[in-house]
This record gives sequence, C-alpha cells and structure tokens, in this order.
Amino acid sequence: MTQLSWLSSALGSYLPLAPELLLAVGALVLLMLGVTSGERSARFVNGLSVWLLIAVAAVVMLMPGGRHSLFEGAFVVDDFARFLKLLVLAGSAGALILSLDYLVKERQQKFEYGPLVLLSTLGMMLLVSAADLIALYLGLELMSLALYVVAASNRDSVRSTEAGLKYFVLGALSSGMLLYGASLIYGFTGTISFAGIAKAASHGDIGLVFGLVFLFVGFCFKVSAVPFHMWTPDVYEGAPTPVTAFFASAPKVAAIAIFVRATMTAFPGITEQWQQIVVFVSIASMLLGSFAAIGQKNIKRLMAYSSIGHMGFALVGLAAGTPEGVQGVLIYMSIYVAMTLGTFAVILAMRRDGILVEQISDLAGLARTHPTMAFFFAVLMFSLAGIPPLAGFFAKFYVFLAAIKAGLYLLAVLGVLASVVGAYYYLAIVKTVYFDEPAKSFSAMPVTLRLVLAVGGLINVLFFAYPAPLIGAAEAAAKSLF
Amino acid sequence: MNWPILSVVTFLPLVGALFIMLVRGSDRLANGTARWVALWTTLATFAISLVLLYRFDNSIAEFQFVERLPWLGFASYHMGVDGISLPFVILTTALMPFCIVASWTAIQVRVKEYMIAFLVLETLMVGTFSALDLVLFYLFFEGGLIPMFLIIGIWGGPRRVYASFKFFLYTLLGSVLMLLAIMAMYWQAGTTDIPTLLRHGFPVELQKWAWLAFFASFAVKMPMWPVHTWLPDAHVEAPTAGSVILAAILLKMGGYGFLRFSLPMFPMASHDFAPFVFTLSVVAIVYTSLVALMQEDMKKLIAYSSVAHMGFVTMGIFAATAQGVGGGIFQMISHGIVSGALFLCVGVVYDRVHTREIAAYGGLVNRMPLYAFVFMVFTMANVGLPGTSGFVGEFLTLIGTFKINTAVGTLATLGVILSACYALWLYRKIVFGVLDKPALAGIRDIGAREMIILLPLVVLTILFGVAPKPVLDMSAASVTHLLANYNKAIAVKTAAMPAQ
Repeated sequence: MTQLSWLSSALGSYLPLAPELLLAVGALVLLMLGVTSGERSARFVNGLSVWLLIAVAAVVMLMPGGRHSLFEGAFVVDDFARFLKLLVLAGSAGALILSLDYLVKERQQKFEYGPLVLLSTLGMMLLVSAADLIALYLGLELMSLALYVVAASNRDSVRSTEAGLKYFVLGALSSGMLLYGASLIYGFTGTISFAGIAKAASHGDIGLVFGLVFLFVGFCFKVSAVPFHMWTPDVYEGAPTPVTAFFASAPKVAAIAIFVRATMTAFPGITEQWQQIVVFVSIASMLLGSFAAIGQKNIKRLMAYSSIGHMGFALVGLAAGTPEGVQGVLIYMSIYVAMTLGTFAVILAMRRDGILVEQISDLAGLARTHPTMAFFFAVLMFSLAGIPPLAGFFAKFYVFLAAIKAGLYLLAVLGVLASVVGAYYYLAIVKTVYFDEPAKSFSAMPVTLRLVLAVGGLINVLFFAYPAPLIGAAEAAAKSLF
Repeated sequence: MNWPILSVVTFLPLVGALFIMLVRGSDRLANGTARWVALWTTLATFAISLVLLYRFDNSIAEFQFVERLPWLGFASYHMGVDGISLPFVILTTALMPFCIVASWTAIQVRVKEYMIAFLVLETLMVGTFSALDLVLFYLFFEGGLIPMFLIIGIWGGPRRVYASFKFFLYTLLGSVLMLLAIMAMYWQAGTTDIPTLLRHGFPVELQKWAWLAFFASFAVKMPMWPVHTWLPDAHVEAPTAGSVILAAILLKMGGYGFLRFSLPMFPMASHDFAPFVFTLSVVAIVYTSLVALMQEDMKKLIAYSSVAHMGFVTMGIFAATAQGVGGGIFQMISHGIVSGALFLCVGVVYDRVHTREIAAYGGLVNRMPLYAFVFMVFTMANVGLPGTSGFVGEFLTLIGTFKINTAVGTLATLGVILSACYALWLYRKIVFGVLDKPALAGIRDIGAREMIILLPLVVLTILFGVAPKPVLDMSAASVTHLLANYNKAIAVKTAAMPAQ
C-alpha cells in the first residue's frame, strides 16, 4: 500500500472514505465545468463521468483490506461493501456508456446527466456502507433524488416526465414508510446502529417487528419486489432507455445490498419474524415476474417484469439468512448486472431510420440481419432464463443451494417452477430473433453499445469456464457480514 | 495414457464449432467450408473415441480415463467413463458424422449455424455421458436443450415453433426438480462427486424424494408414458438429422440417468417404486404401440414406436437383474442405431417427395430396390426379428423381467407382436403395392452419399444381432458391480424390516 501513503497522510483516518470523496469532488467539479461552459461541454462532461467512475473503482480496489469503521460506526467498509461498491460502479459505468450514443442521437446532450448519475452512484456507495439507520436514509435519499431527476431528464417528453413524477411520488411515499419504520425501531431499541439494534432485538418486541415491517416496505419498494412493484413497468417504459438501463442495474444492486446488510446485521435475533416476509415477497415476485411478462409486447416493459422476477430470485438467498445465502445474493446480483446491461445494449441498438423502436416484434429475424448481435442477445436471453452452461444458471444455482440448506423447500420448488414459466417468454424472444422472418434491419450498432454487449455477452458465455474469482470474492464478502 | 483423451473427445467438436464461427466469405463458400469442417471434426472425434474403446479395460468396474480439475468451490471438473457410459459415448461420436452427411444437401439455409449447433450439441452429449460430477452432469444435460431448441425451431417443419417450445419447456420442467434434488444430496453428502455419492448410501426419506425428482427429469427425457407427448411433435418437426440425434442419443440420456443415478444411488427407493415403473412401462409398450398403428405420418409412427421401445428399457432397468439391465443398455444402443437409421430412411424419401404422409407413398420397391432392402433390414430390427440387434435387447429385458414379475413380462411381450403390426404395416404401405402416385413416377433410388450413410448401419444392425457379445461384455463388469451394490442395499433394508 506504499503508493497510497501520500493519500493516507492527507486523509488521515478518513482513508477508507477515499473513493466516496473522490466521487463527490469529481461530480461537483464536473458539474461546475458544465455550469461554466454551458451545453457545449455536455459531451465532454458525460464522457469524463465514465472515466471518473472507473478511477473510483480503481481506488476501491487499491484500498487496504479488512474492516474499517468511521463516524462512530455509521459507515463501514468491509469485504461486503467493497464487493458491492465495485459492482455498483460497474453498473453505473456500464449504464453511462450505454447512454453516450443515445444522448447524441436523441439530441438530449445535457451536462447535468453525467453528474446526476455520479451523485446517485455516490448515494449507492454510501448506502452499501451504511451501518446505522441515519446513514441508510441519507444514502437512500441521495441515490433516489438523483434518480427521480434522471427519470424525467427528457423534459419535453410527456412519458418521461410522467415516469419521473410517478417515481418521485411513490418513492417519497416509500421513504416515508421507511422513516416511520426506522423511528419505531429507534423508539423500541433506543439505538440507531445496526449492531446496537441486533443486541436489543434478541427478544423480538412487537413494536420492533412493526418497525421492521415498515422498513422492509421501503426496501421492497427500492428493489421493486412484489407487492411494491407497481411503479416499475411504467417507469421503465416511460424513462429514456439508457436511464431504464441504469435503473435496472446499479440502484437495484445498492438496494439489495442494504436490504441484506440491514437484515443480517440488525435483525439476526428475530430471523423467524423477517424470514416469512422475505419468503413471501420472494415467491410473489418470482411468480408475478414470470407470469406478467408473458403478455408484454414492449421490450422495456418486459424487462421491468423480468427484473421484478429476478429480484425475487435474488431474495431467495436472503430468505435463507445464511452466509451461503448472502453469497448467492452477491453472485446473483453480479451476473444480473452483466445480463441486464448487455440486454439493454441491444435494446438501445433497436434503431430504425434514426428512431428507437421498442416492440418485441421489431426484433424479428435479427439473426439474419445482425448475426453477431443476435447471437449475444440469444445468449443473454438463455442466461436470463437460467439455462446452463450460461452464467444465469449459476446465479440461480447458488441462491437455491442456500435455500435448500436452510430447509426452505416450498420456496425452492415454487422458485424453480417460476423459472420454467419465465423461460417461456425469454424463449419467445429467441424465437422472434431466430425463427421469424426478418423485419427491416436496424442501423449499425454504435461502438459503445457493441462494447457493452460484447463484455456482457462474453461474461455470460465464459463464466462456466472460470467461475472461481467471482465465487471466491462473493464468499469472502458474505463472510464479512457474519 | 497421459493426455486427457476424454476431454479431447468432449471438446473437440466445440473447437470445430468455434472454427466454423470464424469462417467468413460468400455464402456458398462459407457453407461448403462449414460442411467439411463439421464432417472432419466429427470424424476426428469418432477416431479418437475409438482409441478410448481400444484402451478400455472390460474387466474393471471402476471409472476409467479419469480426469479431475478444480472448478467450482465444491464441484470439480471430474470426467471418466465406465462400462455403462462408454457405449453411449461411442454411439454419440459414431452417429454424428452420419448426421452431418445426412444434412449435406437437405440443409441449404444458414448452414454455418446448423453445423455449429450440431457440434455444440455433440460436446454437450458426450459431456453428459462422461461427467462424474452432478453439477457438471446437469450443465451438460440441460445445456443440450439450447442447440436442440434452435435445430427444431430454425430448420424444422411447419409447426416447428410449437414443437420446439414444447420440447424445451417439458424437459426443463422435469430437470429443475432434479436440480433441487442434486442440491439436497449435496447438503446431505457434502459433495457432488458421483463416484463418492455412489458409495454414500442416502437415508431412506431423502432417497424417496430424490428418486422422484430424478424420475421427473429422466422420465420426460426417456420419454415414458404419460409425459411422452413432446416427442412425436419434436420428431415430426425436426429436420432429419435432428430426429436422428433426438431418437438415437438424447432419449438415451434418460435411460443412462436411471442407470447412473436412480438405481445405484437410491436403491431402496428404486426397489419400492419398481412396480410403478413397471406399470408405466407396460402402458407405454402396449398403448403407444396401438397409437403407432393409427399414425398417418411416418416420423410420428417411428416416434411412437420409440416410446414403446423405451418402455422395454425402463422395464429392464428396474427389474434390476443382470439380464434386464444389460438388455436395457443393449436395447438403447440398438435402438440408437435402428431408430436413427429409420429416420434417415424417412429422410431419404422426404428429400425426394417432400411429404411424410404414409398415404402419399406406395410401390417404392419398383423404382428403389436398394432402398427397399435397407428399409427392410431396419424394419425387421425394429420388430425385433432374431438375427437383428433389436431382438437381443428386447429378449434380454423380457427374460430379466420374467424372473421378477411374470405378469409384467407377459404383458410386455404383447408389445413385440404389436410392433410387428405397425412396422410391417408401414413397410407394406410404403414399399409394396402398385406404384401409381404420379409424384413417385420418377423417383431415384438411393445414391452413393445415402448408401455411405445407411450401409454401415445395416452392417451394425446385423452384426450386433448375430454377435451381441462385444457390447454386452463392455458393460458386464460395471453392471455386475452396480447390481451387487443394489442387492446389498436391498438386503440391508429387508433385514431391517422385521426389527421395526
């Protein structure tokens, strides 16, 4: 760690905060740059935002290992946080790369876009490290406020502004519930730190359980788990497509992360109380995600239901409530991000005569007009369906492995059955791409989208050949919570 | 013995597929290259698998050519073959070149993708038979769905979409339950290593549930009555080579699964559920034979006859006698050759007349004497005429079952008669009679390319019928070992019974 010695002397005990500091300062500098030089700097600012995210990821990797705690335990950096920070940064960077070409082609080039994504990412990083209720709320709001704005970033479009407003109103409601739950928990335990709550919660007060339920409502809203999923299809469909890609990746990771951390570190003593909630939410999400997606014609809306289903699968790992379960969640989310970003790269490439199309039928015969794109897209669809030997299979494998060990047989059986139902609509897309007669071909795929699609697709194809790094990292990260 | 021969056999086709993927150039040129590369790859794979056969020691029951590398944390890349799996590996590698040649002119669109799908499928099929780790096995087993889905869906007949979805979802539904059982077995035994699990001895309760879960998967794959309905659809819609692979190899994965997992790992459950399997098998043999009698489509008829023949296999396996199990393996190998060849025969006339309707044919013997001869050999093998390979398997499974359950054996014998009814009826309708259909007036007899495909299969059918010993010997040691362990487990159980 010698190369960091100058940094550590400058920051002192705040060294573990270095990635967040860099991101905050960088976002503000880029914002200032945009404000002073106006719209023409937008392309430069947004491009630089990607590099800033990569730089922050590099700093996260260079940080010393072990567990660090700051601000009287409100902010924790452990293997779990590091793993998820890298994942969040990868998700944000991927989504930002996806938007570069879109912003130019749709004449949406605004310098606020990049910094807003950066600030939202900052919120996610704080959220991932949050170890008390206040830090949790701060991170969550920083993340969400920026998200509300980017959802409405296409301000001349009715659909986009509607999506933003809908997301804001419902998001505010869920934040209120979450705050109410947090205040109840504080009231009944007398502490806001997760570790303190864990100590006080061992006897399972009814008031505390009440607070827990409200807290979970907030979490479920953020991860878009049933029954708090209603906003997802509308917001996914209405928001500009790269923003949808962003919504589907990084914020989901951060929300799942805090869901897991709060549940595992603050409520280990009342497992049977929260486990039944998570089991229900997980089953409901998997089933709804699978069945409701079947009738969709719009691919963004379909991806919304697909993401609801996937959150259900990820929550299977949380329901197990064991280190194996947390490991499963982490593996699931990593692979989910790769699958989602790759899929959205294809959705963003569905541009015919300069106009983005969104119907699934527009993909007809893609295999003849764009064979490589179709190949990777099919790989991603099979992977989303969880068919071996693609990465999506391993994602499901690890969460169900944990569920079986925890004795949650009903959850596991319903889960795999839901995955078979879900396979139907992914197959229907593959059918459109490979079996149907070709429709008019799309414009050539921009380089940035090709890059994301190739990376996402190759991760999914080749994961089985060398799975050890991800699985090992997830195992270490999961252990740091227990 | 130092090179990883089994991995080479498994992954060589994949290398060929990657090579074809990289081929560029005009359509005509790329198609030609794809065909030749696919042919040479499959031939090379077959040649290397013959080394496997040559070096294999028949007298050892243990796994041979074992390779082991770390892979996932708990599961390893563990490969190996024994007398039960080797015949299937050879069957797979041997039939692949035939499939490629059979598709030489029949497939004219998207040839590159077609060849890639077949080569990937070969890797997955060989891997299924040689995997010695449950997770690895599942990976290969399920992965095969993707290329087969595409083969049926892209190059299939008019109802290909329906057939491909039905095939995929049916099989997937069965398999996910098996996956959960694999997980439960892992937590119970602490490993997914197959040789270790074979010695493990699971508690009775887990055996019951795991047996049912594995049964769900293999019964669909086999397919057994009443979950066989995907098969006729898939067969009818698939291109000729796809049908061959489906009938000859993919179905055998079910039988192989019963032999590799259900019988040795869950002996008590297998023993308890044997009457259930017998019932389904007899229904399959009698009922689907009757259904086959009513078919108007050639491929559908052969598909139903496959279900009936697989009934003999499941019956023989769960009789758990040396003749039953050995006969089951032989029947699968023989059916692999015979049904594959029958589908190729259908392909021959389909390529010329473009219909599979039985009523559209008649009197082919007048213009296609060679074809009539070849088709007759396979029809007789399908009936189970002594002297053909079909007889040996059916006879052994029936003997094996008679010892255990006379009623089941007797009912199953009906199937032999019924198979003669539908197979001979099909042959008479197509080959004999007066050639009065105008579409058939100018039909050509089989050419050199088709002869190259069919002649070796004729030879094998008769050879295995007259001298079945090499095949039976190959699996004998492993089967004896399997049954010894099985009977030991049953003996322990029956000894414990009065004490309860």
